[in-house]
Amino acid sequence: MISLRNVTKRFERDGRPAVSDLSLDVAEGETVVLVGPSGCGKTTTMKMINRLIEPTSGEIRVNGTDVLHQDPVELRRGMGYVIQTIGLMPHRTVAQNIATVPHLVAWEEARIERRVDELLDLFQLDREFRDRYPSELSGGQRQRVGVARALAADPPVMLMDEPFAAVDPIVRARLQDEFLEIQRRLRKTIVFVTHDVDEAIKMADRIAILNLGGILEQHDTPEAILRAPANAFVERFVGPERGLKRLALIPISEVGVEEGPVVAPGASPEEAVAAMDRFGLDWTSVVDGGELLGWVDRDALAGASRAADGRPRRFSAYVTAKDSLRKALDSIVTSHTNVAVVVSEGQRYLGVLTLERISREIVS
Amino acid sequence: MIAQADEPLVRWDWVADHLTRFCRNCIPTVLAQHLQLTGIAVGVGILIALPLAVLAFRHRRLYPPITWVTGVLYTIPSLALFMLLIPITHISTLTAEIGLVSYTLLILIRNTVAGLDGVPEDTKEAALAMGFTRRQLLWRVELPLALPAIIAGIRIATVTTVGLVTVTALIGMGGLGRLIRDGLQTFFPTPTVVGATLSVALAVAADVLLLGVQRGLSPWTRRRLRRAGVRAEG
Repeated sequence: MISLRNVTKRFERDGRPAVSDLSLDVAEGETVVLVGPSGCGKTTTMKMINRLIEPTSGEIRVNGTDVLHQDPVELRRGMGYVIQTIGLMPHRTVAQNIATVPHLVAWEEARIERRVDELLDLFQLDREFRDRYPSELSGGQRQRVGVARALAADPPVMLMDEPFAAVDPIVRARLQDEFLEIQRRLRKTIVFVTHDVDEAIKMADRIAILNLGGILEQHDTPEAILRAPANAFVERFVGPERGLKRLALIPISEVGVEEGPVVAPGASPEEAVAAMDRFGLDWTSVVDGGELLGWVDRDALAGASRAADGRPRRFSAYVTAKDSLRKALDSIVTSHTNVAVVVSEGQRYLGVLTLERISREIVS
Repeated sequence: MIAQADEPLVRWDWVADHLTRFCRNCIPTVLAQHLQLTGIAVGVGILIALPLAVLAFRHRRLYPPITWVTGVLYTIPSLALFMLLIPITHISTLTAEIGLVSYTLLILIRNTVAGLDGVPEDTKEAALAMGFTRRQLLWRVELPLALPAIIAGIRIATVTTVGLVTVTALIGMGGLGRLIRDGLQTFFPTPTVVGATLSVALAVAADVLLLGVQRGLSPWTRRRLRRAGVRAEG
Protein backbone atom coordinates (compact mmCIF):
# COMPACT_ATOMS: atom_id res chain seq x y z
CA MET A 1 0.00 0.00 0.00
CA ILE A 2 2.80 2.40 0.90
CA SER A 3 6.29 1.89 -0.40
CA LEU A 4 9.41 3.94 0.12
CA ARG A 5 12.37 3.31 -2.14
CA ASN A 6 15.78 4.82 -1.47
CA VAL A 7 14.27 7.85 0.14
CA THR A 8 16.72 10.47 1.31
CA LYS A 9 16.09 13.80 3.01
CA ARG A 10 18.76 16.38 3.43
CA PHE A 11 17.77 19.62 5.13
CA GLU A 12 20.96 21.49 4.41
CA ARG A 13 22.78 21.01 1.16
CA ASP A 14 25.95 19.63 2.67
CA GLY A 15 24.67 18.53 5.99
CA ARG A 16 24.15 15.00 7.16
CA PRO A 17 20.93 13.55 5.84
CA ALA A 18 18.01 13.28 8.24
CA VAL A 19 16.92 10.19 6.35
CA SER A 20 19.34 8.24 4.27
CA ASP A 21 18.41 5.84 1.50
CA LEU A 22 15.45 4.35 3.31
CA SER A 23 13.40 1.61 1.73
CA LEU A 24 10.32 0.37 3.51
CA ASP A 25 6.97 -1.21 2.75
CA VAL A 26 3.67 -1.00 4.52
CA ALA A 27 1.10 -3.57 3.48
CA GLU A 28 -2.57 -2.74 3.24
CA GLY A 29 -4.34 -2.96 6.56
CA GLU A 30 -1.05 -3.16 8.41
CA THR A 31 0.19 -0.98 11.26
CA VAL A 32 3.86 -0.26 10.90
CA VAL A 33 5.44 1.57 13.82
CA LEU A 34 8.52 3.67 13.15
CA VAL A 35 10.52 3.77 16.32
CA GLY A 36 13.97 4.96 17.22
CA PRO A 37 15.95 7.52 19.22
CA SER A 38 15.64 11.28 18.65
CA GLY A 39 17.13 12.24 15.35
CA CYS A 40 16.47 8.94 13.67
CA GLY A 41 14.23 10.56 11.11
CA LYS A 42 11.04 8.74 11.99
CA THR A 43 8.85 11.84 11.98
CA THR A 44 10.58 13.19 8.88
CA THR A 45 9.91 9.92 7.11
CA MET A 46 6.25 9.99 8.05
CA LYS A 47 5.89 13.58 6.88
CA MET A 48 7.36 12.74 3.51
CA ILE A 49 4.54 10.32 2.86
CA ASN A 50 2.04 13.17 2.75
CA ARG A 51 4.61 15.64 1.49
CA LEU A 52 4.56 17.99 4.43
CA ILE A 53 8.27 17.51 3.90
CA GLU A 54 9.48 16.94 0.36
CA PRO A 55 12.00 14.15 -0.14
CA THR A 56 15.39 15.13 -1.51
CA SER A 57 15.52 11.96 -3.56
CA GLY A 58 13.90 8.57 -3.79
CA GLU A 59 10.43 7.39 -4.55
CA ILE A 60 7.35 7.14 -2.40
CA ARG A 61 4.28 5.37 -3.66
CA VAL A 62 0.88 5.18 -2.07
CA ASN A 63 -1.46 2.64 -3.62
CA GLY A 64 0.82 2.43 -6.60
CA THR A 65 0.86 6.15 -7.36
CA ASP A 66 4.00 8.20 -6.92
CA VAL A 67 3.14 10.88 -4.40
CA LEU A 68 5.37 13.39 -6.16
CA HIS A 69 3.08 13.19 -9.17
CA GLN A 70 0.00 13.94 -7.15
CA ASP A 71 -1.37 17.27 -6.01
CA PRO A 72 -0.23 17.45 -2.36
CA VAL A 73 -3.55 18.89 -1.23
CA GLU A 74 -5.52 16.03 -2.76
CA LEU A 75 -2.99 13.56 -1.39
CA ARG A 76 -3.42 14.86 2.14
CA ARG A 77 -7.19 14.84 1.98
CA GLY A 78 -6.96 11.12 1.45
CA MET A 79 -4.86 10.51 4.55
CA GLY A 80 -5.70 10.81 8.20
CA TYR A 81 -3.13 12.73 10.22
CA VAL A 82 -2.71 12.85 13.98
CA ILE A 83 0.06 14.61 15.87
CA GLN A 84 1.02 14.61 19.50
CA THR A 85 -0.53 17.96 20.31
CA ILE A 86 -3.46 17.11 18.04
CA GLY A 87 -3.87 20.67 16.75
CA LEU A 88 -7.62 20.90 17.03
CA MET A 89 -9.00 24.14 15.71
CA PRO A 90 -9.76 26.17 18.82
CA HIS A 91 -12.46 28.23 17.14
CA ARG A 92 -14.47 25.25 15.98
CA THR A 93 -16.63 22.91 18.02
CA VAL A 94 -15.91 19.23 18.36
CA ALA A 95 -18.45 18.41 15.67
CA GLN A 96 -17.00 21.02 13.32
CA ASN A 97 -13.47 19.81 13.94
CA ILE A 98 -14.39 16.23 13.19
CA ALA A 99 -16.23 17.34 10.07
CA THR A 100 -13.21 19.24 8.72
CA VAL A 101 -12.13 16.93 5.90
CA PRO A 102 -15.65 15.88 4.87
CA HIS A 103 -16.37 19.58 4.43
CA LEU A 104 -13.19 20.06 2.43
CA VAL A 105 -14.18 17.29 0.06
CA ALA A 106 -17.77 18.54 -0.10
CA TRP A 107 -19.81 15.76 1.39
CA GLU A 108 -23.44 16.67 1.78
CA GLU A 109 -24.53 17.99 5.15
CA ALA A 110 -26.70 15.04 6.15
CA ARG A 111 -23.91 12.60 5.48
CA ILE A 112 -21.48 14.70 7.50
CA GLU A 113 -23.88 14.83 10.45
CA ARG A 114 -24.33 11.08 10.43
CA ARG A 115 -20.61 10.53 10.22
CA VAL A 116 -19.91 12.84 13.16
CA ASP A 117 -22.44 10.98 15.30
CA GLU A 118 -21.01 7.66 14.21
CA LEU A 119 -17.51 8.72 15.24
CA LEU A 120 -18.63 10.19 18.55
CA ASP A 121 -20.21 6.83 19.34
CA LEU A 122 -17.15 4.94 18.18
CA PHE A 123 -14.95 6.94 20.51
CA GLN A 124 -17.44 6.82 23.34
CA LEU A 125 -18.04 10.53 23.50
CA ASP A 126 -21.50 11.64 24.54
CA ARG A 127 -23.57 13.63 22.08
CA GLU A 128 -23.26 16.64 24.34
CA PHE A 129 -19.65 16.95 23.21
CA ARG A 130 -20.77 17.98 19.75
CA ASP A 131 -21.01 21.65 20.58
CA ARG A 132 -18.13 21.92 22.97
CA TYR A 133 -14.97 23.75 22.08
CA PRO A 134 -11.53 22.15 22.44
CA SER A 135 -10.78 24.38 25.40
CA GLU A 136 -13.58 22.57 27.23
CA LEU A 137 -12.12 19.11 26.76
CA SER A 138 -9.72 17.10 28.88
CA GLY A 139 -6.48 15.81 27.36
CA GLY A 140 -7.84 12.34 26.72
CA GLN A 141 -10.99 13.70 25.12
CA ARG A 142 -8.95 15.91 22.85
CA GLN A 143 -6.85 12.97 21.67
CA ARG A 144 -10.00 11.04 20.89
CA VAL A 145 -11.48 13.90 18.93
CA GLY A 146 -8.18 14.23 17.09
CA VAL A 147 -8.20 10.61 16.01
CA ALA A 148 -11.91 10.80 15.17
CA ARG A 149 -11.19 13.81 12.99
CA ALA A 150 -8.46 11.91 11.17
CA LEU A 151 -10.86 9.05 10.46
CA ALA A 152 -13.78 11.26 9.45
CA ALA A 153 -13.46 11.03 5.68
CA ASP A 154 -12.64 7.33 5.99
CA PRO A 155 -9.15 7.58 4.53
CA PRO A 156 -7.41 4.29 3.78
CA VAL A 157 -4.15 5.55 5.24
CA MET A 158 -3.44 7.07 8.65
CA LEU A 159 -0.28 8.86 9.71
CA MET A 160 0.12 9.14 13.45
CA ASP A 161 3.01 10.88 15.18
CA GLU A 162 3.12 10.11 18.91
CA PRO A 163 -0.65 10.59 19.11
CA PHE A 164 -0.95 9.36 22.67
CA ALA A 165 2.18 10.90 24.16
CA ALA A 166 0.60 14.00 25.60
CA VAL A 167 -1.52 12.26 28.22
CA ASP A 168 -0.72 10.43 31.43
CA PRO A 169 0.11 6.69 31.32
CA ILE A 170 -3.28 5.50 32.52
CA VAL A 171 -5.16 7.47 29.90
CA ARG A 172 -2.56 6.54 27.32
CA ALA A 173 -3.00 2.81 27.92
CA ARG A 174 -6.73 3.22 27.58
CA LEU A 175 -6.44 5.21 24.36
CA GLN A 176 -4.07 2.61 22.95
CA ASP A 177 -6.46 -0.21 23.79
CA GLU A 178 -9.40 1.65 22.32
CA PHE A 179 -7.46 2.41 19.19
CA LEU A 180 -6.33 -1.18 18.78
CA GLU A 181 -9.96 -2.23 19.04
CA ILE A 182 -11.02 0.32 16.44
CA GLN A 183 -8.19 -0.67 14.13
CA ARG A 184 -9.20 -4.32 14.42
CA ARG A 185 -12.54 -3.36 12.97
CA LEU A 186 -11.44 -0.81 10.42
CA ARG A 187 -8.16 -2.28 9.20
CA LYS A 188 -6.62 0.98 8.06
CA THR A 189 -3.09 1.14 6.75
CA ILE A 190 -1.23 2.95 9.50
CA VAL A 191 2.20 4.50 9.85
CA PHE A 192 2.68 5.18 13.53
CA VAL A 193 5.65 7.03 14.98
CA THR A 194 6.79 6.73 18.57
CA HIS A 195 9.95 6.92 20.62
CA ASP A 196 8.53 4.43 23.13
CA VAL A 197 9.53 0.90 22.20
CA ASP A 198 6.88 -0.62 24.47
CA GLU A 199 4.19 1.33 22.69
CA ALA A 200 5.66 0.07 19.42
CA ILE A 201 5.51 -3.51 20.63
CA LYS A 202 1.93 -3.04 21.72
CA MET A 203 0.57 -1.26 18.68
CA ALA A 204 2.49 -2.69 15.75
CA ASP A 205 1.90 -5.46 13.27
CA ARG A 206 5.46 -4.78 12.23
CA ILE A 207 8.05 -2.48 13.71
CA ALA A 208 10.69 -0.56 11.79
CA ILE A 209 13.55 0.31 14.09
CA LEU A 210 15.43 3.34 12.82
CA ASN A 211 18.84 4.54 13.84
CA LEU A 212 20.21 8.09 13.52
CA GLY A 213 20.03 9.32 9.98
CA GLY A 214 17.12 7.10 9.09
CA ILE A 215 19.09 3.89 8.92
CA LEU A 216 16.73 0.93 9.06
CA GLU A 217 18.12 -1.53 11.57
CA GLN A 218 15.34 -4.09 11.67
CA HIS A 219 11.88 -4.36 10.17
CA ASP A 220 9.85 -7.25 11.50
CA THR A 221 7.06 -8.31 13.82
CA PRO A 222 7.40 -7.37 17.49
CA GLU A 223 7.68 -11.02 18.37
CA ALA A 224 10.50 -11.63 15.90
CA ILE A 225 12.41 -8.55 17.00
CA LEU A 226 12.16 -9.53 20.65
CA ARG A 227 13.15 -13.08 19.91
CA ALA A 228 16.09 -12.23 17.68
CA PRO A 229 17.29 -8.61 17.69
CA ALA A 230 19.29 -7.97 14.51
CA ASN A 231 22.20 -6.27 16.20
CA ALA A 232 23.47 -4.66 19.38
CA PHE A 233 21.68 -1.39 18.66
CA VAL A 234 18.31 -3.10 18.38
CA GLU A 235 19.03 -5.21 21.42
CA ARG A 236 19.82 -2.15 23.48
CA PHE A 237 16.93 -0.18 22.08
CA VAL A 238 14.38 -2.88 22.77
CA GLY A 239 15.47 -2.83 26.36
CA PRO A 240 15.89 -5.40 29.10
CA GLU A 241 13.48 -8.16 30.02
CA ARG A 242 12.86 -9.20 26.45
CA GLY A 243 11.54 -12.51 27.71
CA LEU A 244 8.82 -10.81 29.71
CA LYS A 245 8.00 -8.51 26.82
CA ARG A 246 7.56 -11.49 24.55
CA LEU A 247 5.31 -13.14 27.11
CA ALA A 248 3.18 -10.02 27.12
CA LEU A 249 2.46 -10.57 23.45
CA ILE A 250 1.14 -14.10 23.78
CA PRO A 251 -2.43 -14.59 24.96
CA ILE A 252 -3.20 -17.62 27.09
CA SER A 253 -5.75 -18.76 24.54
CA GLU A 254 -2.93 -19.31 22.07
CA VAL A 255 -1.11 -21.66 24.42
CA GLY A 256 -3.87 -23.70 25.97
CA VAL A 257 -4.29 -24.81 29.56
CA GLU A 258 -3.83 -28.05 31.46
CA GLU A 259 -6.65 -29.54 33.41
CA GLY A 260 -4.94 -29.39 36.76
CA PRO A 261 -6.20 -31.08 39.94
CA VAL A 262 -10.00 -30.87 40.07
CA VAL A 263 -12.57 -32.59 42.23
CA ALA A 264 -16.29 -32.19 42.63
CA PRO A 265 -17.62 -30.86 45.94
CA GLY A 266 -18.99 -34.27 46.83
CA ALA A 267 -15.72 -36.12 46.24
CA SER A 268 -14.12 -38.03 49.11
CA PRO A 269 -10.91 -36.75 50.70
CA GLU A 270 -9.09 -39.75 49.20
CA GLU A 271 -10.15 -38.73 45.71
CA ALA A 272 -8.99 -35.22 46.41
CA VAL A 273 -5.58 -36.39 47.60
CA ALA A 274 -5.29 -38.63 44.58
CA ALA A 275 -5.91 -35.66 42.34
CA MET A 276 -3.20 -33.73 44.16
CA ASP A 277 -0.73 -36.55 43.81
CA ARG A 278 -1.44 -36.94 40.11
CA PHE A 279 -0.24 -33.42 39.52
CA GLY A 280 2.40 -33.37 42.21
CA LEU A 281 0.72 -30.52 44.08
CA ASP A 282 -0.41 -29.96 47.63
CA TRP A 283 -3.83 -28.69 46.77
CA THR A 284 -6.76 -29.26 44.45
CA SER A 285 -9.46 -27.10 42.98
CA VAL A 286 -13.06 -27.76 43.87
CA VAL A 287 -15.33 -27.24 40.91
CA ASP A 288 -19.09 -27.57 41.04
CA GLY A 289 -20.45 -28.26 37.58
CA GLY A 290 -18.02 -25.82 35.95
CA GLU A 291 -18.20 -23.18 38.63
CA LEU A 292 -14.98 -22.72 40.58
CA LEU A 293 -15.54 -22.79 44.33
CA GLY A 294 -11.93 -22.54 45.47
CA TRP A 295 -9.09 -24.74 46.56
CA VAL A 296 -8.42 -27.11 49.43
CA ASP A 297 -5.18 -28.59 50.71
CA ARG A 298 -4.45 -31.69 52.75
CA ASP A 299 -4.80 -29.84 56.05
CA ALA A 300 -8.19 -28.47 55.11
CA LEU A 301 -9.40 -31.98 54.29
CA ALA A 302 -8.44 -33.44 57.65
CA GLY A 303 -11.56 -34.74 59.31
CA ALA A 304 -13.79 -33.83 56.39
CA SER A 305 -16.09 -36.38 54.78
CA ARG A 306 -16.39 -34.50 51.51
CA ALA A 307 -14.12 -32.15 49.62
CA ALA A 308 -16.57 -29.32 50.05
CA ASP A 309 -16.40 -29.66 53.82
CA GLY A 310 -12.79 -28.62 53.64
CA ARG A 311 -14.06 -25.09 53.09
CA PRO A 312 -12.47 -24.28 49.74
CA ARG A 313 -10.57 -20.99 49.77
CA ARG A 314 -10.80 -18.54 46.93
CA PHE A 315 -7.72 -18.15 44.80
CA SER A 316 -5.87 -14.86 45.26
CA ALA A 317 -5.77 -14.16 41.53
CA TYR A 318 -7.33 -15.43 38.33
CA VAL A 319 -6.47 -14.90 34.72
CA THR A 320 -8.69 -15.26 31.70
CA ALA A 321 -7.93 -16.74 28.30
CA LYS A 322 -7.50 -13.23 26.88
CA ASP A 323 -4.80 -12.28 29.34
CA SER A 324 -1.17 -12.54 28.33
CA LEU A 325 1.32 -15.11 29.51
CA ARG A 326 3.05 -12.29 31.30
CA LYS A 327 -0.01 -11.70 33.41
CA ALA A 328 -0.19 -15.42 34.07
CA LEU A 329 3.44 -15.39 35.18
CA ASP A 330 2.72 -12.51 37.51
CA SER A 331 -0.18 -14.45 38.98
CA ILE A 332 2.04 -17.48 39.57
CA VAL A 333 4.71 -15.46 41.27
CA THR A 334 2.25 -13.80 43.62
CA SER A 335 0.11 -16.76 44.67
CA HIS A 336 0.59 -19.71 47.02
CA THR A 337 -0.47 -22.17 44.43
CA ASN A 338 2.42 -22.04 41.94
CA VAL A 339 0.11 -22.12 38.98
CA ALA A 340 -2.06 -19.59 37.25
CA VAL A 341 -5.72 -20.46 37.44
CA VAL A 342 -7.53 -19.71 34.22
CA VAL A 343 -11.22 -18.95 34.28
CA SER A 344 -13.70 -17.76 31.71
CA GLU A 345 -15.37 -14.36 31.81
CA GLY A 346 -18.11 -15.80 34.01
CA GLN A 347 -15.71 -17.33 36.53
CA ARG A 348 -16.10 -20.80 35.09
CA TYR A 349 -13.06 -22.99 35.60
CA LEU A 350 -10.97 -23.59 32.50
CA GLY A 351 -7.71 -25.01 33.76
CA VAL A 352 -4.27 -24.11 35.01
CA LEU A 353 -1.07 -22.85 33.51
CA THR A 354 2.25 -23.90 34.97
CA LEU A 355 5.52 -22.04 35.03
CA GLU A 356 7.11 -24.78 33.05
CA ARG A 357 4.50 -24.52 30.33
CA ILE A 358 4.95 -20.75 30.12
CA SER A 359 8.70 -20.80 29.81
CA ARG A 360 8.46 -23.45 27.10
CA GLU A 361 6.86 -20.75 24.96
CA ILE A 362 9.88 -18.55 24.89
CA VAL A 363 12.73 -20.94 25.31
CA SER A 364 11.87 -22.74 22.07
CA MET B 1 -9.75 81.51 31.31
CA ILE B 2 -12.27 80.18 28.92
CA ALA B 3 -15.37 81.98 30.09
CA GLN B 4 -16.55 85.25 31.48
CA ALA B 5 -16.70 85.37 35.22
CA ASP B 6 -20.25 84.37 35.90
CA GLU B 7 -20.89 82.15 32.90
CA PRO B 8 -22.04 78.64 33.99
CA LEU B 9 -20.25 75.62 32.53
CA VAL B 10 -23.36 74.30 30.86
CA ARG B 11 -26.31 76.32 29.74
CA TRP B 12 -29.01 73.72 29.46
CA ASP B 13 -31.22 75.87 27.32
CA TRP B 14 -28.48 75.93 24.71
CA VAL B 15 -28.26 72.17 24.89
CA ALA B 16 -32.02 71.78 24.53
CA ASP B 17 -32.02 74.14 21.62
CA HIS B 18 -29.23 72.35 19.78
CA LEU B 19 -30.28 68.83 20.61
CA THR B 20 -33.06 68.09 18.18
CA ARG B 21 -32.31 70.20 15.14
CA PHE B 22 -29.80 69.83 12.34
CA CYS B 23 -28.19 73.25 12.28
CA ARG B 24 -24.52 73.81 11.56
CA ASN B 25 -23.37 73.25 15.10
CA CYS B 26 -26.30 71.28 16.39
CA ILE B 27 -25.55 68.13 18.28
CA PRO B 28 -27.12 65.64 15.84
CA THR B 29 -25.26 67.26 12.92
CA VAL B 30 -21.84 67.25 14.48
CA LEU B 31 -22.38 63.79 15.96
CA ALA B 32 -23.20 62.41 12.54
CA GLN B 33 -20.17 64.14 11.02
CA HIS B 34 -17.98 62.78 13.76
CA LEU B 35 -19.24 59.28 13.22
CA GLN B 36 -18.76 59.60 9.50
CA LEU B 37 -15.19 60.88 9.75
CA THR B 38 -14.34 58.16 12.27
CA GLY B 39 -16.04 55.42 10.31
CA ILE B 40 -14.32 56.28 7.04
CA ALA B 41 -10.93 56.56 8.71
CA VAL B 42 -11.14 53.24 10.50
CA GLY B 43 -12.74 51.54 7.52
CA VAL B 44 -10.07 52.67 5.09
CA GLY B 45 -7.43 51.96 7.70
CA ILE B 46 -8.61 48.37 7.94
CA LEU B 47 -8.67 47.99 4.17
CA ILE B 48 -5.06 49.13 3.94
CA ALA B 49 -3.68 47.64 7.14
CA LEU B 50 -5.06 44.12 6.92
CA PRO B 51 -3.52 43.16 3.58
CA LEU B 52 -0.27 44.85 4.59
CA ALA B 53 -0.29 42.91 7.84
CA VAL B 54 -0.88 39.59 6.10
CA LEU B 55 1.96 40.44 3.73
CA ALA B 56 4.26 41.35 6.60
CA PHE B 57 3.28 38.15 8.40
CA ARG B 58 4.10 36.01 5.41
CA HIS B 59 7.27 37.84 4.48
CA ARG B 60 8.92 38.80 7.69
CA ARG B 61 11.57 40.98 6.06
CA LEU B 62 8.81 43.43 5.20
CA TYR B 63 7.63 43.79 8.75
CA PRO B 64 10.35 46.15 10.03
CA PRO B 65 10.06 48.68 7.17
CA ILE B 66 6.27 48.63 7.34
CA THR B 67 6.22 49.25 11.06
CA TRP B 68 8.89 51.90 10.66
CA VAL B 69 6.85 53.89 8.16
CA THR B 70 3.58 53.56 10.04
CA GLY B 71 5.41 54.30 13.26
CA VAL B 72 6.80 57.53 11.88
CA LEU B 73 3.37 58.52 10.66
CA TYR B 74 2.02 57.83 14.11
CA THR B 75 4.67 59.94 15.77
CA ILE B 76 4.03 63.07 13.75
CA PRO B 77 1.75 65.32 15.82
CA SER B 78 -1.67 65.26 14.23
CA LEU B 79 -1.98 68.98 13.76
CA ALA B 80 1.43 69.15 12.15
CA LEU B 81 0.50 66.32 9.80
CA PHE B 82 -2.66 68.09 8.73
CA MET B 83 -0.71 71.30 8.19
CA LEU B 84 1.79 69.47 6.02
CA LEU B 85 -0.99 67.99 3.91
CA ILE B 86 -2.96 71.18 3.32
CA PRO B 87 -0.70 72.62 0.61
CA ILE B 88 -1.08 69.34 -1.28
CA THR B 89 -4.66 68.33 -0.71
CA HIS B 90 -6.10 71.63 0.52
CA ILE B 91 -8.57 72.04 3.32
CA SER B 92 -10.89 69.14 2.66
CA THR B 93 -12.27 65.94 4.05
CA LEU B 94 -9.56 64.15 2.09
CA THR B 95 -6.84 65.90 4.05
CA ALA B 96 -8.49 65.00 7.30
CA GLU B 97 -8.99 61.41 6.25
CA ILE B 98 -5.42 60.96 5.02
CA GLY B 99 -4.20 62.06 8.40
CA LEU B 100 -6.74 60.05 10.34
CA VAL B 101 -6.11 56.89 8.37
CA SER B 102 -2.36 57.22 8.86
CA TYR B 103 -2.81 57.11 12.60
CA THR B 104 -4.76 53.89 12.53
CA LEU B 105 -2.24 51.94 10.48
CA LEU B 106 0.40 51.20 13.07
CA ILE B 107 -1.89 49.74 15.68
CA LEU B 108 -3.96 47.81 13.16
CA ILE B 109 -0.91 46.26 11.54
CA ARG B 110 0.78 45.47 14.82
CA ASN B 111 -2.28 43.83 16.32
CA THR B 112 -3.10 41.88 13.19
CA VAL B 113 0.41 40.49 12.93
CA ALA B 114 0.40 39.68 16.64
CA GLY B 115 -2.92 37.92 16.22
CA LEU B 116 -1.62 35.89 13.30
CA ASP B 117 1.52 35.05 15.25
CA GLY B 118 -0.64 33.75 18.04
CA VAL B 119 -2.21 31.02 15.93
CA PRO B 120 -0.88 27.73 17.35
CA GLU B 121 1.68 26.02 15.13
CA ASP B 122 0.18 22.60 15.60
CA THR B 123 -3.23 23.84 14.50
CA LYS B 124 -1.68 25.11 11.28
CA GLU B 125 0.31 21.94 10.76
CA ALA B 126 -2.75 19.78 11.30
CA ALA B 127 -4.79 21.97 8.95
CA LEU B 128 -2.24 21.71 6.16
CA ALA B 129 -1.88 17.99 6.77
CA MET B 130 -5.62 17.54 6.44
CA GLY B 131 -5.51 19.17 3.03
CA PHE B 132 -6.21 22.88 3.45
CA THR B 133 -4.75 25.02 0.71
CA ARG B 134 -2.71 28.03 1.82
CA ARG B 135 -5.63 30.28 1.05
CA GLN B 136 -8.05 28.14 3.02
CA LEU B 137 -5.57 28.14 5.87
CA LEU B 138 -5.53 31.92 5.90
CA TRP B 139 -9.27 32.47 5.65
CA ARG B 140 -10.57 29.55 7.67
CA VAL B 141 -7.92 29.19 10.34
CA GLU B 142 -5.44 32.05 10.67
CA LEU B 143 -7.66 35.07 10.29
CA PRO B 144 -10.53 33.73 12.41
CA LEU B 145 -8.13 32.86 15.19
CA ALA B 146 -6.44 36.24 14.87
CA LEU B 147 -9.81 37.97 14.97
CA PRO B 148 -9.83 38.81 18.70
CA ALA B 149 -6.48 40.57 18.36
CA ILE B 150 -7.55 42.28 15.14
CA ILE B 151 -10.73 43.60 16.69
CA ALA B 152 -8.82 44.71 19.74
CA GLY B 153 -6.67 46.71 17.36
CA ILE B 154 -9.76 48.14 15.70
CA ARG B 155 -11.07 49.14 19.08
CA ILE B 156 -7.91 51.01 19.92
CA ALA B 157 -7.80 52.60 16.48
CA THR B 158 -11.42 53.68 16.80
CA VAL B 159 -11.01 55.22 20.20
CA THR B 160 -7.88 57.05 19.05
CA THR B 161 -9.62 58.25 15.93
CA VAL B 162 -12.61 59.57 17.84
CA GLY B 163 -10.18 61.73 19.75
CA LEU B 164 -8.25 62.84 16.67
CA VAL B 165 -11.39 63.79 14.79
CA THR B 166 -11.89 66.54 17.32
CA VAL B 167 -8.56 68.00 16.17
CA THR B 168 -9.74 68.11 12.58
CA ALA B 169 -12.09 70.87 13.61
CA LEU B 170 -9.01 73.04 13.60
CA ILE B 171 -8.71 72.57 9.86
CA GLY B 172 -12.34 73.29 9.26
CA MET B 173 -13.92 69.89 9.65
CA GLY B 174 -17.19 69.33 11.43
CA GLY B 175 -17.70 66.88 14.22
CA LEU B 176 -17.67 67.35 17.96
CA GLY B 177 -14.44 69.26 17.61
CA ARG B 178 -16.41 72.05 16.02
CA LEU B 179 -18.43 72.47 19.19
CA ILE B 180 -15.25 72.50 21.26
CA ARG B 181 -13.64 75.05 18.98
CA ASP B 182 -16.66 77.31 18.71
CA GLY B 183 -17.02 77.37 22.44
CA LEU B 184 -13.39 78.30 22.90
CA GLN B 185 -13.47 81.00 20.24
CA THR B 186 -16.58 82.62 21.63
CA PHE B 187 -15.66 82.19 25.28
CA PHE B 188 -18.87 80.25 25.68
CA PRO B 189 -18.14 77.10 27.67
CA THR B 190 -21.32 75.18 26.98
CA PRO B 191 -20.53 73.86 23.51
CA THR B 192 -16.97 73.08 24.57
CA VAL B 193 -18.10 71.07 27.56
CA VAL B 194 -20.82 69.36 25.56
CA GLY B 195 -18.39 68.59 22.71
CA ALA B 196 -15.72 67.24 25.00
CA THR B 197 -18.11 65.16 27.05
CA LEU B 198 -19.74 63.66 24.02
CA SER B 199 -16.32 62.83 22.52
CA VAL B 200 -15.44 60.85 25.57
CA ALA B 201 -18.85 59.22 25.66
CA LEU B 202 -18.58 58.31 22.00
CA ALA B 203 -15.15 56.79 22.49
CA VAL B 204 -16.33 54.76 25.44
CA ALA B 205 -19.44 53.64 23.60
CA ALA B 206 -17.42 52.58 20.57
CA ASP B 207 -15.02 50.70 22.81
CA VAL B 208 -17.77 48.84 24.61
CA LEU B 209 -19.61 48.07 21.40
CA LEU B 210 -16.51 46.69 19.72
CA LEU B 211 -15.65 44.73 22.82
CA GLY B 212 -19.06 43.12 22.49
CA VAL B 213 -18.35 42.34 18.85
CA GLN B 214 -14.97 40.90 19.79
CA ARG B 215 -16.54 38.65 22.40
CA GLY B 216 -19.41 37.70 20.14
CA LEU B 217 -17.10 36.67 17.33
CA SER B 218 -14.85 34.55 19.53
CA PRO B 219 -17.03 32.34 21.72
CA TRP B 220 -14.30 29.76 22.02
CA THR B 221 -12.10 32.04 24.10
CA ARG B 222 -14.55 32.13 26.92
CA ARG B 223 -15.22 28.44 27.37
CA ARG B 224 -13.29 26.49 29.91
CA LEU B 225 -13.16 22.83 30.90
CA ARG B 226 -16.23 22.00 32.89
CA ARG B 227 -15.91 19.19 35.38
CA ALA B 228 -19.58 18.27 35.63
CA GLY B 229 -20.90 15.91 32.99
CA VAL B 230 -17.48 14.59 32.01
CA ARG B 231 -17.12 10.84 31.99
CA ALA B 232 -14.70 9.31 34.46
CA GLU B 233 -11.14 10.14 33.42
CA GLY B 234 -9.70 10.19 29.97
